[in-house]
Amino acid sequence: MLRYLGNRLWQSALTLLLASVVVFGGVRALPGDPATTMAGEEADPATVAAVRAELGLDQPLVVQYGKFLTSALTGDFGDSVRTGTPVADLIGATLPVTVQLALYAMAIAVLLGTTGGVLAAVFRGRWPEWAANAFSLTALSVPTFWLGILAVLYLAVHLGWFPASGYVSPLDDPLRGLHHLTLPALILGLAHSAVVQRQTRGSMVGTLTADFVRTARAKGLGGRAVVFRYGLRNSLVVVVTVVGLELGGLIGGAVVTERIFTLPGVGKLTLDAVFTRDYPVVQAVVLVITGAYIVINLLVDVLYTLIDPRIRVSGGTR
Amino acid sequence: MTTATTQEPLTPGGTTTAPAVHGRSRGRVPRRLLRDPMGVAGAVLLLIVLVAGVFAPWLAPYPPTEVHFRTPFQQPATVGFALGTDDLGRDILSRVLHGARASLQVGALAVLLAVAVGVPLGLLAGYWRWLDALVSRLADLMLAFPFLILAVGLAAINGGGLANAAVAIGIAHIPAMIRVVRAETLRLADADFVLAAHAMDAGPVRVLGRHVLPNALPAIIVQATVIMPAAVLGEAVLSFLGLGIQPPDPSLGIMLSDAQNYLMRTPWPGVFPGIAIALICLGFNLFGDALRDALDPRTKPSGGRR
Repeated sequence: MLRYLGNRLWQSALTLLLASVVVFGGVRALPGDPATTMAGEEADPATVAAVRAELGLDQPLVVQYGKFLTSALTGDFGDSVRTGTPVADLIGATLPVTVQLALYAMAIAVLLGTTGGVLAAVFRGRWPEWAANAFSLTALSVPTFWLGILAVLYLAVHLGWFPASGYVSPLDDPLRGLHHLTLPALILGLAHSAVVQRQTRGSMVGTLTADFVRTARAKGLGGRAVVFRYGLRNSLVVVVTVVGLELGGLIGGAVVTERIFTLPGVGKLTLDAVFTRDYPVVQAVVLVITGAYIVINLLVDVLYTLIDPRIRVSGGTR
Repeated sequence: MTTATTQEPLTPGGTTTAPAVHGRSRGRVPRRLLRDPMGVAGAVLLLIVLVAGVFAPWLAPYPPTEVHFRTPFQQPATVGFALGTDDLGRDILSRVLHGARASLQVGALAVLLAVAVGVPLGLLAGYWRWLDALVSRLADLMLAFPFLILAVGLAAINGGGLANAAVAIGIAHIPAMIRVVRAETLRLADADFVLAAHAMDAGPVRVLGRHVLPNALPAIIVQATVIMPAAVLGEAVLSFLGLGIQPPDPSLGIMLSDAQNYLMRTPWPGVFPGIAIALICLGFNLFGDALRDALDPRTKPSGGRR
């Protein structure tokens, strides 16, 4: 177990390191010279050179990368070109919104997905399976952001059930905070619930037709016990896997959802930064999100081995 | 040596798991497809979508960017404007048709990119074990970048556009393609006909090109039907955010983004592009599912119990 953990840990660190190289290189590949931009287009070469030296851009790339990496490790991502605020502060202010949204959406996706998947597997060939299939196909095909726009129009503006936009911190008012996030999270979670449902169904069908389940049934074990004790428990690995795999999509979806519901999250910060060419912010956001994604995937992998010890063996030696 | 993140799909009915195709006689797959009502529905829908997209310039009554200032916000089923007009009086039907065409172009380019990079890498990784570690590592690294963040980064460098969207979506689907082809190659490496080819002194190019690749083709096609709807949705999302196709070029995502501004007053400019996206994706999803079932000898043609 420890050896497996160690392996996964250094592999994650390596991936993160490579990601930082890609981010660093990508920002350097951008058109335009930051020193010229900061000094102004009309500045004389001496001023530009001074600014370049101040920014450390006259040093070799390797040295620059080293500096970038060491300051990033201490949480220092420089200042936003647009507002002058430290990038770390901007991320600190917006990240909680996105994390809440993502967790809430994932909870909805897992709840809807496992319920639908279990029903579809248990009632194979009957109407619950058809309903579940129709739901998942629709949820996978309909663009969620379009659904979001329509939901704002009808559920929020027309019926007034939910607030159409805005964010309330749960620290100020937990109930209102939850209420504000419900519609965005539902919209965001819907597409992912379809994926969870399909995988759960596939896994449940596989388990329920397995020999050991037939044995258990032959020994007189009731239907409900078989479904929950054998089927669902074995499907848990799948659910955890899908949750891990879907997180990337969820982060991407959060960008769109935040835009539709005007939530002040990381997604909005990223988009604003891209459109105003605020490169320090873009660089930091990409690195932080990638890092978070890698860490979450690491946690998911560790979680598997706790749920299903067999994975440790095959994962470590293959 | 691969890691836990490169585990094979754990589910028997996994969405991207390649079915075993050994011993599949020719003609059985189309027949199984035709017997599956979902597959038929998907194929018909796909045919309509493809015809609409390919022939959009001839089918559309107006050029997609033609402005009719005197007739903004026409209701659907108005004479001359079957689906009405938007705020600038542009014909919605023409824009939806051209937008669908752009979506399909992005999808085709993305599939091309994923195939061009993913298939050779998957074949090599499956064939030479020493390359496997390197390629799998690369796939892991690419998977570590969430797709939209990748697209945002690319847009920051390239400034958006159809090609930007296609490249971002294509890159995002390379790792999955590598894994599918790698798994197929590993599976086929022990097949009798591959062993026979080895015995007859066939080189790696011949073995991979003549024996492994044709047998891996169904899995690659199924994977392409997974990429297409994802690409269509991805293009819509990117263009909606302003990172994909740039106005005034027609895009379903841009139409939705525009429509959001006056949705309270006139909803239909925002309804039809959404329906178009949904229909395109539904076509690919239905057809892809049916194709996977048809290729999978474990499922019965009727789609009933296994």
